[in-house]
Amino acid sequence: MTAATAQLDAGASPAVGESRRKRNPLPYILLAPGVLWLVLFFLIPIFTAVSASVQTGSLDEGFTLTWRWANYSDTFSTYNSEIAHSLFYSVACTVLCLLLGYPLAYFIAFRGGRWKNLLMALVIAPAFTSFLIRTIAWETILADHGPVTRFLMDVKVTDLMAHLGLLTNNHQLLNSPFAVIFGMVYNFLPFTVLPLYTSLEKIDPRLHEAGADLYCSGFKTWRHVTWPLSLPGVIAGTLLTFIPAVGDYINAYMLGSPNTMVIGQVIENEALRSESGYPTASAMGVVLTVGTLLIVLFYVKRAGTEDLL
Amino acid sequence: MSTFDAVGDLRVEGLTKRFGSFTAVDDLDLTVPQGSFFALLGASGCGKTTTLRMVSGLEDPTRGRIFIGDTDVTSTKPYKRPVNTVFQNYALFPHLDIHENVAFGLRRRGVKEVRKQVGDMLALVELGHLAKRKPSQLSGGQQQRVAVARALINQPQVLLLDEPLGALDLKLRRQMQIELKRIQTEVGLTFVHVTHDQEEAMTMADTIAVMNAGRIEQMGSPENLYENPATTFVANFLGQSNLVAGTVAGKDGDTLTVEAHGHRIALPAARCRVETGAAIVGVRPEKVHLAAAGAEIPAGRNVFEGGVVTDASFIGVSTQYLVKMPWGEELAVFEQNSGQEIHRPGSAVSLHWEPGQTFGLDGRQDIEAGADIDDEAAS
Repeated sequence: MTAATAQLDAGASPAVGESRRKRNPLPYILLAPGVLWLVLFFLIPIFTAVSASVQTGSLDEGFTLTWRWANYSDTFSTYNSEIAHSLFYSVACTVLCLLLGYPLAYFIAFRGGRWKNLLMALVIAPAFTSFLIRTIAWETILADHGPVTRFLMDVKVTDLMAHLGLLTNNHQLLNSPFAVIFGMVYNFLPFTVLPLYTSLEKIDPRLHEAGADLYCSGFKTWRHVTWPLSLPGVIAGTLLTFIPAVGDYINAYMLGSPNTMVIGQVIENEALRSESGYPTASAMGVVLTVGTLLIVLFYVKRAGTEDLL
Repeated sequence: MSTFDAVGDLRVEGLTKRFGSFTAVDDLDLTVPQGSFFALLGASGCGKTTTLRMVSGLEDPTRGRIFIGDTDVTSTKPYKRPVNTVFQNYALFPHLDIHENVAFGLRRRGVKEVRKQVGDMLALVELGHLAKRKPSQLSGGQQQRVAVARALINQPQVLLLDEPLGALDLKLRRQMQIELKRIQTEVGLTFVHVTHDQEEAMTMADTIAVMNAGRIEQMGSPENLYENPATTFVANFLGQSNLVAGTVAGKDGDTLTVEAHGHRIALPAARCRVETGAAIVGVRPEKVHLAAAGAEIPAGRNVFEGGVVTDASFIGVSTQYLVKMPWGEELAVFEQNSGQEIHRPGSAVSLHWEPGQTFGLDGRQDIEAGADIDDEAAS
């Protein structure tokens, strides 16, 4: 018995030592395609963009690296209102998505019963149509002489909206900050609802009973039990909404006007329609990326859930 | 209106709960004296948890009223009742540490200074050193004690315990039973404990109500329920019983005679639920002794002859026998291991016991009621 064990040990140990010395290549082989992809389409473009942002020249003469940091200050001074628009629209969109999405996710998670999955499918259903087509559809729905505009004008809601600065062009719903934010909220709502639903659904309903048992009315239970437990979903949902929203320009392009231009449109114009716009577009791109990153870092830090990153 | 100041016995009148066509709790009347340890005992689905949830306010009764002292709390919201619950799965708040979990009720009622009270309460359940931990970092037994502390700190009139020990292993469960009993004696509050574990109910409670199919089958002290079960369900569910069907043959003073399978069994008339007709005689296994067939049996004892030992399990303090009777029934006998000979399987034996240890039940009921759920409940 002991002899056999000893023999086994003797037989096994060199094999173990050998396999330890010879690294298993499989993980690297499996990683290679992904790493290659990221290097080609993420890392290199970032370097190109950053370097392009400090170049000068034009399409005809070619661009040379002159370390012209003034590209950035020029960008800021020329396009400060577009940067402000991007920020305002994306923050407004994120807040509205949260206000609309939280009750929706809460209802589906706790009152949905056997309809839960169907209701969630309905939330995602619009995503089966192209983003672009849906936005064009809203262009038609909000059209100047359409029923929506006429109704809102009849009940004087447009007056109020014009007062709040949401309508810039008289009583026209389209071509206004309202239409842009509206379109963004519509398009990004599922991105808020999905993570919210996931985190709310995980909450044990018996914790609500424990809350009720410990002197919490319905609202107090939500405030002291449900809300803190749903915070990871709130943070994930708002991030998933804010990050694409801040760079989005389809909604501003389709539903807005020259008065509602956002960073995305500037980048598009500079890169595609200007002789010497490459550096400006690149600088804008870097500003957008770094700016978003900083805002997200600050937000996550404040929310106290560093473990999300 | 707040009912926090309601004081006194917990009283339930005609309490009924229906879920669709299913009646979970059926016209229940119950009084739990203030300061007592009360157990609702029954198999799963007997309505005991539903009763508890109606008392806590988490379930609305279909009919009936609930009183604490003289205050009717039937339609009071759960968060306004002077009642707290220790939930079956504990339902501790995962985002709060132990200190905050225990302080939760105090804070919601606007108590500013909670540190001292929480400290005292954690000391009572011996968890002071874990105040900064999260519930997920605690063992089952520790979580259970946090759940007790979280409810107790509010000094409710009634503390409801919903199978609080169900998730613990046997050894820890025994330990927690003693612990809970100690805490109850110390704080002197009314405890209503729901359990399917008859041993747990008997260890802890002053009064036990055995529930079956939404009704209370019998209520009384553990000793009384065990010695004088009123129905076959109670006799089988609470411990083990040897029940043999027979007919009342006659009465002589305080003694009743029941004829069962050719044996005349004497029992005190006071312990028999019927005076005439069909009866079931019962005797607990530990009261019965075995004698080899033909051996002399002292006069004046009840005897069943003609048994054959089918199984003998030696378990240290006692030997547990199964004896097959001529009429096909298997009876259980627990013999103390105090020097008697051990009867091997296959040996012919007679069963004998003190007539005073016999109880009698109404013969017009299912003799097996409650016997099949006993295994499930004990596991």
